[in-house]
Amino acid sequence: MEIRSNEFKQRAVFAIHDASLQQALGKARGGFVGKRAQQAAELPEFEQLREEAKNTKNHILDNLDHYLERYEAAVTAAGGHVHWARDAEEARKIILDICKRVDAKTVTKGKSMVSEEIGLNEALIEHGMEVVETDLGEYIIQLAHEPPSHIIAPAVHKTKDQVSDLFEAAHGGPRKTEVPDLVNEARMVLRDKYFRADVGITGGNFLVAETGSSIIVTNEGNGDLTQTLAKVHIVTSGIERVVPTLDDATLFLRLLARSATGQETETYTTISTGPRRADDLDGPEEYHVVLVDNGRSKMLGGRFKDMLRCIRCGACMNHCPVYGAVGGHAYGWVYPGPMGSVLTPLIKGLDNAYDLPNACTLNGRCASVCPVKIPLPDLLRELRHMQHQQDITPVMQRRALKVWRYVATRPKLYHALEQVGARFLSAIARNGSIRRLPLASGWTDVRDLPAPAGRTFLELWQGKRGQK
Amino acid sequence: MTAAANAREAILNSVRSALRRGPLDDTRRAELDARRPRHTRPAQDEELVARFIRKFESRAGTTARVASRADVPAAVEAYRVEKGLPARAAVGAALKDLAFPGLEIHHEPAGISETMAVSQALAGIAEPGSLMMASGPASPITHNFVPDDHVVVLDAGAIVGHFEEAWEVLRARPEGMPRATNIISGPSRTADVEQTIQLGAHGPRRVHVIIVG
Repeated sequence: MEIRSNEFKQRAVFAIHDASLQQALGKARGGFVGKRAQQAAELPEFEQLREEAKNTKNHILDNLDHYLERYEAAVTAAGGHVHWARDAEEARKIILDICKRVDAKTVTKGKSMVSEEIGLNEALIEHGMEVVETDLGEYIIQLAHEPPSHIIAPAVHKTKDQVSDLFEAAHGGPRKTEVPDLVNEARMVLRDKYFRADVGITGGNFLVAETGSSIIVTNEGNGDLTQTLAKVHIVTSGIERVVPTLDDATLFLRLLARSATGQETETYTTISTGPRRADDLDGPEEYHVVLVDNGRSKMLGGRFKDMLRCIRCGACMNHCPVYGAVGGHAYGWVYPGPMGSVLTPLIKGLDNAYDLPNACTLNGRCASVCPVKIPLPDLLRELRHMQHQQDITPVMQRRALKVWRYVATRPKLYHALEQVGARFLSAIARNGSIRRLPLASGWTDVRDLPAPAGRTFLELWQGKRGQK
Repeated sequence: MTAAANAREAILNSVRSALRRGPLDDTRRAELDARRPRHTRPAQDEELVARFIRKFESRAGTTARVASRADVPAAVEAYRVEKGLPARAAVGAALKDLAFPGLEIHHEPAGISETMAVSQALAGIAEPGSLMMASGPASPITHNFVPDDHVVVLDAGAIVGHFEEAWEVLRARPEGMPRATNIISGPSRTADVEQTIQLGAHGPRRVHVIIVG
């Protein structure tokens, strides 16, 4: 997928004026947040588990090479194959080669963000294969020729009406308008694809070194049909997803569903180990895992190591006011929201995603709900610092910062200007807010600016002390 | 060195260089291999079968309880009649000791038009109220996902408290890990259209557990 993160501002404006998108986002907003809060409240050990999850991930990352080697050996012992891909291109080539070798015509796919990251679908289609996304949300956006707008609810930006239109166009009528009928129609269409598939591709929520297994977590069962009925099962996963034992995977499973969809557990947790055994009646004949680095090992060395703890639950975007206002597409690449604003510049380059670290109010809600305690606001602030150091920050902003620094390091001047500013803003305000302000149209075009009280904090404080 | 071996070495070296060290020595590797995590397990104070039933039913699963294995065919038949399903089923060979009079059965994988499957669970996990199925010649994976109705036989004595105890059941298997370990917590569902929960997305529309004992 081509990166369009530098169009964030235009896309955000577009998103705010998109009535369907705002309707869809409005429906999603409360649901995830409320359900997660309820699940967290019902599990007294929740905070303890978050702390353990953070520490366990740190332990894994500190010994990542060892656990990857142990994992590889265990997959091989179970009859599977591990492939290593340094970047997106290598990953695509590995998967294409497997598909070509088995003369694949139809490829079904369970939900995999890594496959989005490496641009897999386009590559398979280019080589003449039919690629079918089987997660309902992914299927909807595939029909719409759009990327996912959320890492666990890829079609969260679509309204029911839009889904009805897409299904009618793709499947022929009669047009279905109710959710049960729409779901049933997709069920019937996709059933045939599962049984015809040559290759089934899924992601991997966890890779277990102890057993050589990959684990996926789904509600629909599409990932299971995808990986069971195809002749070949290919798992795409990032190198950071390895865990030492099944017991370690459990720690994260207890947090994942609760943080993601606000469920105690998803419907299906599937542990896949190798291909079908000699006397098995079904299951894939081949089992491959593609371990994708794509910038991850580099992150391990610096201040962004914390980001590699991410288990892709989506809680950060569910709780982000910016994501809630503009949706996922504005972010312009695969990963949206707070986690995407950290990952995108790191994977695709700081200058290719200038706006993302800046599209954050540093309110900290994301960090407060992250199940592995990633300090997302700190990482975003660090990216802003790097942008400044590398001269990526726009010239006007750099000049403004210089002026601000000059003023801020001269307290008398600062207070004087502050008094002028506070009185000026208070004077032009009507009913406590400012509708228009020269040089600040970026703010006032889309919302009112609350007016200050007319006196500065310092003046009020000194007044209070004087009273004593 | 082949391209594949190159990529492997390059990634492992990149990891080590980021961690500012070389490969771990044998002592450290042995320590890591001997690591046995003891993560916090959520407290439970409920009888295991009761908790399993409460949790499983909270997600639209259904349950029935019978006294002995010999009662299973009648319980399956009662469910089939109640739901008005055709008199046929894919039955895992793990249940081939049982006769299902009046039911046309086979032990093969489920076909695209399979309506009902009957399977034996390896264990139940009371913590979330979930079934643990181990695939094998006596328990095809497709039985768990293809039919609209999935009936699962679960021995009351096979219900454990936490996930960690279920993993011990897997580790104790002489044949090792199965190709697929399916932990099933109710009927298939989706919320991908406007966050509205709809059962029967791709997997079974209904999952019914017959608890034996």
